[in-house]
Amino acid sequence: MSVVSQRDVQQVARLARLQLEEAELATLSSQVDDILTYVQQLQAVSTDHVEPTSHVITLANVVRPDQRQPCTNPEEILNIAPARHGQLVKVPKVLET
Amino acid sequence: MSSKTPSRLTIHELRSLIDKGEVHPRELLDDLLDEIARLNPTLQAYITVDPERLRAQLAERLRQEPRGKLFGIPITVKDNLCVQGEETTCASKILKGFVPPYHATSIERLIQEGAIIIPRANMDEFAFGSSTETSAFGVTKNPWDVNRVPGGSSGGAASAVAADLAIAALGTDTGGSIRQPASFCGVVGLKPTYGRVSRYGLIAFASSLDQIGPLTKDVTDCAWVLSIIAGQDPRDSTSAPVAVPDYVGFLKQGVKGLRFGVPQEYFPTEGIDPAVRAALEEAAQVLERLGMRRTGLSLPRTPSAVATYYIVATAEASSNLARYDGVQYGYRASANGSGSLMAMYERTRAEGFGPEAKRRIILGTYVLSRGYYDAYYLKGLKVRTLIKQDFDAAWTQCDVILTPTSPSAAFRIGEKLNDPLQMYLSDIFTISANLAGIPAISIPCGLTPDGTLPIGMQLLAAPFDEARLLRVAYAYEQATEWHLRKPELRVAS
Repeated sequence: MSVVSQRDVQQVARLARLQLEEAELATLSSQVDDILTYVQQLQAVSTDHVEPTSHVITLANVVRPDQRQPCTNPEEILNIAPARHGQLVKVPKVLET
Repeated sequence: MSSKTPSRLTIHELRSLIDKGEVHPRELLDDLLDEIARLNPTLQAYITVDPERLRAQLAERLRQEPRGKLFGIPITVKDNLCVQGEETTCASKILKGFVPPYHATSIERLIQEGAIIIPRANMDEFAFGSSTETSAFGVTKNPWDVNRVPGGSSGGAASAVAADLAIAALGTDTGGSIRQPASFCGVVGLKPTYGRVSRYGLIAFASSLDQIGPLTKDVTDCAWVLSIIAGQDPRDSTSAPVAVPDYVGFLKQGVKGLRFGVPQEYFPTEGIDPAVRAALEEAAQVLERLGMRRTGLSLPRTPSAVATYYIVATAEASSNLARYDGVQYGYRASANGSGSLMAMYERTRAEGFGPEAKRRIILGTYVLSRGYYDAYYLKGLKVRTLIKQDFDAAWTQCDVILTPTSPSAAFRIGEKLNDPLQMYLSDIFTISANLAGIPAISIPCGLTPDGTLPIGMQLLAAPFDEARLLRVAYAYEQATEWHLRKPELRVAS
């Protein structure tokens, strides 16, 4: 029995803004299914009363003085954009007119 | 004057020769560039090398005052560490042409000490892989056997150091990506404690697991480089406020009376090459002869580590890779057809990412999505706690843990590429250290019976105990000669 269907994978790909070709979708679905089937072994591990670990070091509220510091030249940052328009990054039209 | 050409020497050997005026940094760089020109077309350890820019860097360093600890030493860095003014791509088409406007902190520290940075050591795309076959810019070869992988994902760095195309390297390790290639290429590789080295300027894969660390020709060089890159950085809030000890000074303190644990789960009856098992048994005997005591050990959650890792790592990767949308930097696909912003996003990511990156984005998005979050992601985080507790308990019984770095020596190119799960399982001995956040080192400890491929052993220690890890590794290295073995690389001319 498979854990995920091609439809599930297609839906996840849409959420992840990833366009998949049909052949790609078939291969990926079967590989992702294999991996998720393997991963399901964790269901057999008892984790009652176990706290999750999202980070191994427990640093909290790391702060620094709020002081002015030099920053990267905006020109350098704009220059690495795929397309720019003056002082703006240019993108395809977002709103219909 | 040493009989070896300068490119074959270590950092500590070169430092004294340079200080005495017996080797000039220019002579060293020229020798290295000759070797790169001769071998890199075969090995593809570097994506590209620009000799003129390296010579310009040398000229800058020669003017730099005072001379640092790495004065004139060429060190390569994996293609996921930002080098100001140099293309940095994570070996991915989606970052092709990206030139960072700043240095990673670790790079900045190497430069302050006078190092010459050789950018663009090849890697698996976004560090997703264990073989350096998923690079968008060519497959790196193992200098011991060019039909075999160098390991990964820091495969270019390991291959370059093993073939004397760099004196040392910085790699990154999320699940074994420094240690496994170090093992496959017969060099030393250290993954520091999580938080030991600033991740500022490291292009993120899995932010709770990633660490930068050295790949070097011996343990002394490893201690040397670590002492330079370690320490808190105000630009990385997860870098730890823990003092940096004198790693080089501690090396010679000896190991008598220290205890090493041998965890039974790392020596299974199946799934480990007999040659690896034999090499590790010999290594254990060497440590005993040095006055260390062997302790049997159990880390019972080990069998759950790979599954846990591929939940946590892909979840974090899918979030980190969400930023590649073609808007602010990197590759952008043309949005013809509908011309919409959404079509531009979807096509940019479809054309920019390779198959392994897509696989991990899908997996990570799936385990984080509504309805599956508790069953996969949250479950994974809880098992991660148990894996960490295994190690916390182990440190009451031993000072370091000895294991193989990898279940086998280097595998053949193509052998595991079409079976992602088999590829993932090759990381079985290295990923627990990332999940638990502890330091781990791989050092050479043998060759396969036919003498053609190196075998590596892994030592693990408690958080921030790199000094002890390096001390044991150094004592072992002094007692053996495996680190002096070199590949006999023949290139058809």
